[in-house]
Amino acid sequence: MKKSLKPWIGTGTTLIMAATFVAGCGSASNTTQETVKPSAAATAAATTAAGAKPFAGKTISLVTANHPWADAIKPLLPDFEKETGIKVNVESFFEDQLTQKLTVQFTSGSATPDVFMYRPLQEGKLFFKNGWVQPLDDYAKKDANYDFNDFSKSAIGSTTVDAKLAGIPIITEQEILYYRKDLLEKAGIAVPKTLDELQAAVKKLHDPKNEMYGFVARGQRSPLVTQVSSFLYSEGADFTNGDKATINTPEAVKAFTTYGTLLKDYAPPGVLNMSWPQAFGIFAQGKVAFLTDANSLYNNAIDPAKSQVADKVGFAVFPGGKAGSKPYSITSWGLAMNAKSGNKDATWAFIQWATSKDVVLKTQQKGNPGARTSVWDKPEGTTGFPAALVPIIKESAKAGVDHDRPTVISVGEARDAVGEIVQKLMTGETNIQPVADKANQALQTIMDKDKTK
Amino acid sequence: MQYSWFNRNLKWIYTLPAVFFVLLMMLFPIIYTVRISFYEWSMSATTPPAWVGLGNYIALFKDERFWHAVGSTFYFTVAALALEVILGVAIALLLSREFKGKNLVKTVFLLPMVATPVAMGLVWMLIYEPTIGVANMMLKSMGLSPLLWLASPNQVIPSLVIVDVWEWTPMIALIIMAGLATLPSDPYEAADVDGASAWTKFVAITLPLLRPTIIVAAMLRLIDVLKTFDIIYATTQGGPNFSSETLNLYGYVQGFQYFKLGSASSLLVVFFMLVMGLTLFMIWMRKRLEGAS
Repeated sequence: MKKSLKPWIGTGTTLIMAATFVAGCGSASNTTQETVKPSAAATAAATTAAGAKPFAGKTISLVTANHPWADAIKPLLPDFEKETGIKVNVESFFEDQLTQKLTVQFTSGSATPDVFMYRPLQEGKLFFKNGWVQPLDDYAKKDANYDFNDFSKSAIGSTTVDAKLAGIPIITEQEILYYRKDLLEKAGIAVPKTLDELQAAVKKLHDPKNEMYGFVARGQRSPLVTQVSSFLYSEGADFTNGDKATINTPEAVKAFTTYGTLLKDYAPPGVLNMSWPQAFGIFAQGKVAFLTDANSLYNNAIDPAKSQVADKVGFAVFPGGKAGSKPYSITSWGLAMNAKSGNKDATWAFIQWATSKDVVLKTQQKGNPGARTSVWDKPEGTTGFPAALVPIIKESAKAGVDHDRPTVISVGEARDAVGEIVQKLMTGETNIQPVADKANQALQTIMDKDKTK
Repeated sequence: MQYSWFNRNLKWIYTLPAVFFVLLMMLFPIIYTVRISFYEWSMSATTPPAWVGLGNYIALFKDERFWHAVGSTFYFTVAALALEVILGVAIALLLSREFKGKNLVKTVFLLPMVATPVAMGLVWMLIYEPTIGVANMMLKSMGLSPLLWLASPNQVIPSLVIVDVWEWTPMIALIIMAGLATLPSDPYEAADVDGASAWTKFVAITLPLLRPTIIVAAMLRLIDVLKTFDIIYATTQGGPNFSSETLNLYGYVQGFQYFKLGSASSLLVVFFMLVMGLTLFMIWMRKRLEGAS
């Protein structure tokens, strides 16, 4: 009896496993069919009855970063769904995982997500060149009520690739100067308007014996590149000029030296391994007098829960150099459409709604700096920000440059090449021209290679 | 009749799903990686991968950053592994004695191993923070001058080794403790009769008998240390100035930050061979040592 049972166990398990396997495959293919069906039905419905709800029954998928904008838009989605009949499925990811998830999905030619949040200057060019992103030029200009020209020019510049509109800006940011009002007052120093004044003030307030440091900013190789960019522009330099890398020009070297020297001589120890969380962290501990970084991070400096100097922080426009004050003013996050999306019109309807004047006003009131000039000009458009910061944002946006890193496809590689110059300065290299020449060569190689893509 | 066929082939039938799974989930990715390593590809939907032959490998061997990463990987591996094995054996010997609260100590001691590495990386980053971190506060209270830890190109790898030792010594200790429990007691009794000192007993009896266990523990750890990614990525991302960039990290950067899938694959193939070669060497060593004893 026992012996005759044994083989049955074998066959039984094999059968069960085979059955589960087949069933697994079956259900997987069923779900894909299901997602296709309603959209096909909806297209048919849309063509027959072009009523008030042309997209009734359609479903689009939205992928966002874990970002305050996503938190602000989610409660508004029911309005959109009621208005258009489009159902929006939302998924959210942390920044790095977002890029990886999108990359993997697009590589496999997936039709989802239909619409996604992306970082125009970091991945925009690669996504566009890889054919993953639908150009939106025609869509954006179709509806006069949408008022596309209302978007700030530099914000649109950030999301434009090869003269095509790759995405719609949703979050903008500029580099500003954070300072300690109490310290400046006590020392009788005016808020620095130029980089020279900043250096003098930093020197004066630097007192490492009492754990008080003059200046802090990002010192990690890749993260620092965006923050040194305003130094470059204000000295009249840029990363590139047309087809040429220009990070070894006298202006550029001067800008890198200013930034690198400030960090080497007047920053807290360990700045070499600091990105913005550490830089803001130590500023919020009350140990630093000046900090330059993005205005979008202001909450880290003035939120009493995070900062010991919450009520002592002042904001100022980025100090000017030879070319005046030229901070970056960029789109840090945009919305883009999957080129393979099966619901392009419904997807555009969503993008148009999410970036319309009304919705931008609502998200901006929750502290998400948008790209629409008309919203910034309304008094109720600025309620989400500290009153002292609003004029600084407006002024920075006016003079701002539309990129904060080299505008190439291989951004990651280019950032590491540029960051080398500042890191060498910070580790004590005094003869910086050869380092800049070498980095310039590396950047040029990256740019030349880009052209073959 | 057919039952006996099943009976005879039961071992194949039972293992088939596992074999199938291994082939699908392990062998296929490796072969695919090798394939991509001969191409240049940025995952584009419009431009297909371009065949470059051995181009990626040649570029890799000319790449200063690659050789630097090889150096960092070995520096980190050798330092971490040596400390972990020595400390692991010492701690296992200590914990194998009878004392009050032994089980509690054992449990507490194993905690670092079960903690999430990335979270621990972030905690260590705070500990190492030069101005407000605990590490420098302790140094200062002992009258020593503060260090830069993770922010210094020279101190970053030793700092990371400390984290790795903290986290993984318990694993070595755990394996060694298991080995200690199986040691026979008669050699020790004989040594007692001969009047051998505790040190002599350790060197002449415990260590030789433990050798196979130590080698297995070291080998398991070696493979893992070589591949360390989480704590380095969480604390320094390979910085400052690439000082702590190991091969695994460089591979990640090439793939997911530079989107150079071909170069990343060629690097990973070389890395794979390296791990494989070292493991085979360790196995060969073990056989030789066992044959000698």
